[in-house]
Amino acid sequence: MTSDERLGLVRAGLAARHAREWRFRFYGILAILAALSFVAILFGMILSRGLPAFTQATLTLDVHFDAAVIKVGERPTRTGNQSHAEYAKAVSDWERKMTMVNWNRLIEAAVREAAPDTKANSREILSIVETNARFELRDMLVADPTLIGKTVQVSLLASANADNWLKGNIDRALPDAQQQLREPARALADQLKAEGKIRNAFAWHIFTNVDSRSAPASAGLAGAFVGSLYMMLVVIVLAVPIGVMSAVYLEEFAPKNRFTDLIEVNINNLAAVPSIVFGLLGAAVFINYFRLPLSAPLVGGLVLSLMTLPTIIIATRSALRAVPPSLRQAALGLGASKTQTVFHHVLPVTYPGMLTATIIGVAQALGETAPLLLIGMNAFVAQVPATPLDQSSALPVQIFLWQGNENRNFFEARTSAAIIVLLGLMLTLNAIAIFLRSRLEKRT
Amino acid sequence: MTRHFLVATVASAALAASLGAASAQSRDIIQIAGSSTVLPFASIVAEEFGQAFPDYKTPVVGSGGTGGGLRQFCAGVGENTIDIANASRRIRAAEVEACNAAGVSKIHEVMIGYDGIVFASSAQGADFALEPVHVFKAVAAQVPVDGKLVDNPYTKWNEIDPSLPDQPIALAIPASNHGTREVFQERVIAEGAKAAGLPELSKEELEKVTTTFRQDVVVEIAGDYTETLARLQANPDTIGVFGLSFYEQNRDTLKVATVSGITPSLEAVAAGEYPVSRPLFFYVKGEHIGVVPGIAEYVEFFLSDQMAGLGGTLETAGLIPAPAEELAEVLASFQEGRTITVEDVK
Repeated sequence: MTSDERLGLVRAGLAARHAREWRFRFYGILAILAALSFVAILFGMILSRGLPAFTQATLTLDVHFDAAVIKVGERPTRTGNQSHAEYAKAVSDWERKMTMVNWNRLIEAAVREAAPDTKANSREILSIVETNARFELRDMLVADPTLIGKTVQVSLLASANADNWLKGNIDRALPDAQQQLREPARALADQLKAEGKIRNAFAWHIFTNVDSRSAPASAGLAGAFVGSLYMMLVVIVLAVPIGVMSAVYLEEFAPKNRFTDLIEVNINNLAAVPSIVFGLLGAAVFINYFRLPLSAPLVGGLVLSLMTLPTIIIATRSALRAVPPSLRQAALGLGASKTQTVFHHVLPVTYPGMLTATIIGVAQALGETAPLLLIGMNAFVAQVPATPLDQSSALPVQIFLWQGNENRNFFEARTSAAIIVLLGLMLTLNAIAIFLRSRLEKRT
Repeated sequence: MTRHFLVATVASAALAASLGAASAQSRDIIQIAGSSTVLPFASIVAEEFGQAFPDYKTPVVGSGGTGGGLRQFCAGVGENTIDIANASRRIRAAEVEACNAAGVSKIHEVMIGYDGIVFASSAQGADFALEPVHVFKAVAAQVPVDGKLVDNPYTKWNEIDPSLPDQPIALAIPASNHGTREVFQERVIAEGAKAAGLPELSKEELEKVTTTFRQDVVVEIAGDYTETLARLQANPDTIGVFGLSFYEQNRDTLKVATVSGITPSLEAVAAGEYPVSRPLFFYVKGEHIGVVPGIAEYVEFFLSDQMAGLGGTLETAGLIPAPAEELAEVLASFQEGRTITVEDVK
């Protein structure tokens, strides 16, 4: 075969080879587009559902703190011969009396003032105001007793049902029998909205309030957020040092033999164990054996630490393996000890890798739900935990709980809003990881 | 660098040490778990309780179903066991025995009101006027045809009874971890079996007929009612079993079936007309009263007029209030310290 003939053969096949290459690139682009469109659909759905929940129907009312309704004396002051316990009891009795005041009468009067010609009765009027309004008025008065007899402009949340009605989350064309609010209450809500006395205000309380079932419109994420934060702290304090130390020892110091091979295989196995298994383990060991409290972020953090450990060990080991042996040999050659080599020369190079491993592990732990359900963290908790030993919820569990709430019309949007907050937190964590990594990489 | 690692190690050691300290610290917050039907009511009371009694913390309310809650309740006495178990059925003799064996011998029973169980379908679907016998014939694996038990032949509702819609049979019922399931079996299936004209059967055979359901058209839901609702949205032909309060909150998407000609409503259940209703309970661990602060106050607050009473907060949330005398009786027996034994629930 002459070279011309060979060239001819190559040229004949060239078109087919080019076409094959072009097809392959095209499939690649298609795959990326498909993946991107899934992400876009997911984010689009969550955002379109969740963003409206960040604003909520809020009433602006002139509330008159009527002395004839609030028949509670002044806050007790400590007299000379009163012991501390007696004084505390007097104050708590006074606070109880304040709670028992018929605040609803003040609210009703204020709504009637705003809409004098309404046909709604007391029950219907109160059905458009969220039930926690009475505690807000109480807290205002407890904080400032001089308000008695005065008229103050107060902004109060509209009830979840009123919010649904005004936002159109419940079909406005449905007959009365299928509506949650009665006809006069709906008319009242529409009237107040038209007059600007109900407006859509940014719902700050999603971030500052704890979960609520008796006043669903006031439900927020503060308790779950702090619970998640405590768990992350426990994970960082426990899993990161233990994980990094194990990785350094296994990679740099441990002899290579059957036993260390076995450990390595088992660490990889551990990384593949489904998270729910860690939950069962946590319930059996931490709660039943160590007698730690139910629903506590400490227990949640311990369980998540176990889950995150293998991830951190594996990622740190691969970061260590990527360090060129010449670095170690140079350090050893200059007379550094093994420990000095590792801590002074090898580890600093792996910081970016270790940091990425940590943040990926922590982000994974932050989104984990299943193991938390088994240690009682899916309980309804209406307070911000003060310590990691207090009962608490967690962000992903809160999403799960809101998803199961019986007021679907209201909590569907609220659930997506909680997802947005959680995703925002994850993206922030990842952004921090990228930022720190690029900075550290520049330094080394 | 070494110093950083030392700090981290010390910190983790301190955390590990706090494990031991944790068990010695006493709990000052009431811990509740159990029925998902009672959960909304208990959570509302817990929140209001926290507001009304500034000296006590707001109780924590978990779910897990009646069975799960009572299992936790009967795990023993101590800090990390729950104080109160919510239940949508009465405690069973076996559960009382388990409790006693674990050292929980003072079980106070508190009845808080009533709940109705409804059959609901998608609001766009056809109207259903059900009788217990219809439901029995739809779900049982074996049904009587011409006096003999045969494998269930029905595929559409109108084959069971011409008055029912021409719609494929599909049901979503609560799984056995829910107290609702027991009421469903007792009040609907057992009643329906009686009316279905079963041939002569031994007790065991009857038991088998009334508890074995078809697997192809009946879905058992272990989660809560939103899961049942999701089933209805996925397959609009499905009829779901819900608590009355859940249906009341979702009237815009659900349509309720009448049972024996009665439309379920607060009034119909309260008057005893609607056949599928049941009392709701919670159980209090006597050993924890006085140890965990506020338990007795919580019970009294729960039974007060402003909560469980007629026109109280819980009625707005969908609980059917018990008559005032009944609540007063329950409260009195709690305050006297009456506990229940195996004999009481046999």
